[in-house]
Amino acid sequence: MIVALLLVPVLLFAAPAFAQIDFTGEWAPLYHEDAPERGPGPELGDYLELPLNDAGRMRADTWDADRISVVQEYQCRPHASDYGLRGLGNLRIWREVDQATQRLIAFKMHFLAYDSERTIYLDGRPHPPEYAAHTFQGFSTGVWEGNMLTITTTHLKANYMRRNGVPRSEKARLTEHWTRHADYLTIVSVIEDPAFLTEPLVRSDNWYIDPGQRLAIFGCEYAAEVPLPEGTVPHWLPGTNANLTEFANWYGLPFEVTRGGAETLYPEYRSKIRNYNPPAVCTRYCTCTGIIGGGCNVPPPRPPQ
Amino acid sequence: MFRRPARLNKLILTFLLAAGVPALRAQEIRTLPVQGNVYMLVGARGNTTVQVGNEGVLVVDTQLEQDAPRLLEAIRKISDKPIVWIINTHFHPENTGGNEALPRLANAGTGARARVIAHEDVLNRMTASTQPRFPEATWPNDEFHTAQKDMAFNGEAIVIEHISAAHTDGDSIVHFRRSDVLSVGDLFTPGRYPAIDLQNGGSVQGLIDGLNRILKIAVPLKYQEGGTYVIPGNGRLCDEADVVEYRDMVTIIRDRVQDLIRKGMTLEQVKAARPTRDYDTEYGIDARANEAFLETVYRSLSPKK
Repeated sequence: MIVALLLVPVLLFAAPAFAQIDFTGEWAPLYHEDAPERGPGPELGDYLELPLNDAGRMRADTWDADRISVVQEYQCRPHASDYGLRGLGNLRIWREVDQATQRLIAFKMHFLAYDSERTIYLDGRPHPPEYAAHTFQGFSTGVWEGNMLTITTTHLKANYMRRNGVPRSEKARLTEHWTRHADYLTIVSVIEDPAFLTEPLVRSDNWYIDPGQRLAIFGCEYAAEVPLPEGTVPHWLPGTNANLTEFANWYGLPFEVTRGGAETLYPEYRSKIRNYNPPAVCTRYCTCTGIIGGGCNVPPPRPPQ
Repeated sequence: MFRRPARLNKLILTFLLAAGVPALRAQEIRTLPVQGNVYMLVGARGNTTVQVGNEGVLVVDTQLEQDAPRLLEAIRKISDKPIVWIINTHFHPENTGGNEALPRLANAGTGARARVIAHEDVLNRMTASTQPRFPEATWPNDEFHTAQKDMAFNGEAIVIEHISAAHTDGDSIVHFRRSDVLSVGDLFTPGRYPAIDLQNGGSVQGLIDGLNRILKIAVPLKYQEGGTYVIPGNGRLCDEADVVEYRDMVTIIRDRVQDLIRKGMTLEQVKAARPTRDYDTEYGIDARANEAFLETVYRSLSPKK
């Protein structure tokens, strides 16, 4: 009886810990969703599934991929936390615990891409004031909703929503919902960006536990690669980017479909699509499930139609 | 007590509006430790940089005269030493207004005067007959006419560089070399379009040159993050990656407007073309301010008649 009474407070205090799921470990990404975009990279002008507003579309249309090499400061610029989930997303998660109380302070994450490290605070601390510095990983706090961890991230630096120039502003707010099913981790992320989106962008990514995974050092050193005057910023003047129709031509898509926008996200939009002429045989990114183009069949592009 | 002439009030209001300063709550000055000996004090008129140590206090930009008591209150939470040096990044009243009042209040016990450093064009503007009258006590008393002025204070090398024809003609950026912090005034106002004072020698090209100069000095710690911190005239604490985004924005808008001018477009035609519409959602305060920025760029790039 005495033992039982003593156990009651112990169990009461321990209860929150039992409600917490262990996300720690080595996780390898599954690329069965959006593989061409996440591995080899998106096609220019592919804004499919993005609820872009006119500003976001124009920014992407005028983006020039030369900027990544000509502007040295972009050469080692990391993925922000919202895109890092989708990039070379091998990750390690571990816990920071308060030794005195054994309470969980934070989950820590290390991504293969750019050696990015991220902290998700679970100790109830507030977000910093608006005038504090922003970072690529942002400032993240999490709360448990049953067995799901819901994370809110603010203080993000400007980055990209897609690596073909589709921007994501520093005004954005990222919400994630983490769930674990045995050896699988699923993260549903929601980006709200008043600068470039008309409604939230919802995406999901999955990982499987891979205890034998060894994360290498990413390593990146920027260097002058192109002999251009300092301060050169490559870009297309509005209306001059001739590359934007390639994507539609390669896949036989009506051009307007590739422009994205909230309407194009929903099944009802299919009834509005006219002149969809998919190639008879898949010729581009047909078996693309690996990373860095692994398994991707990328023949020379078809001539414009 | 000095009474500000009505024209000076108008000048202050014009630049606060142009800079997109939100609803003023003059009583609030918040302190953000940046790095090393340097702090960022965030007020309704913009940011003040403070460097402290055994030798005393150095202040970059002093806000308005009436802000001096609250500014001093914030400084006193960091250091009880006298204010020895003041540096003005340019001549606008919200940067120079407290030049006399702040050290007078701070050094009341000793009566010691502070040395006020600024480029000679700051003094020229403040004493010019065409300017609203600035009280003589607020004038810089230690002006320099060279491209660079070096000094050391609190055991730290401090480099003041003149940036000509940028926000105004008398801009300076201040590099605290050991702390690795740059205080750059209104050359850089993250989250909002720059306010370029064409009437007082500013220009869009000079502003771009100034931003490129900041990028030349700043060194990120790892993967475009941290390292040199940049305190802007208005807005949040930044690092090199944030300045790159901003420099790119101003450069791209310059190129677009220049292209439209070459095509012979009038100001009204340029406004109708809306060449900034993909940046307005990120940097614009309201339609009027966006149009004012576009007009400034147009006038700055148009051939002088």
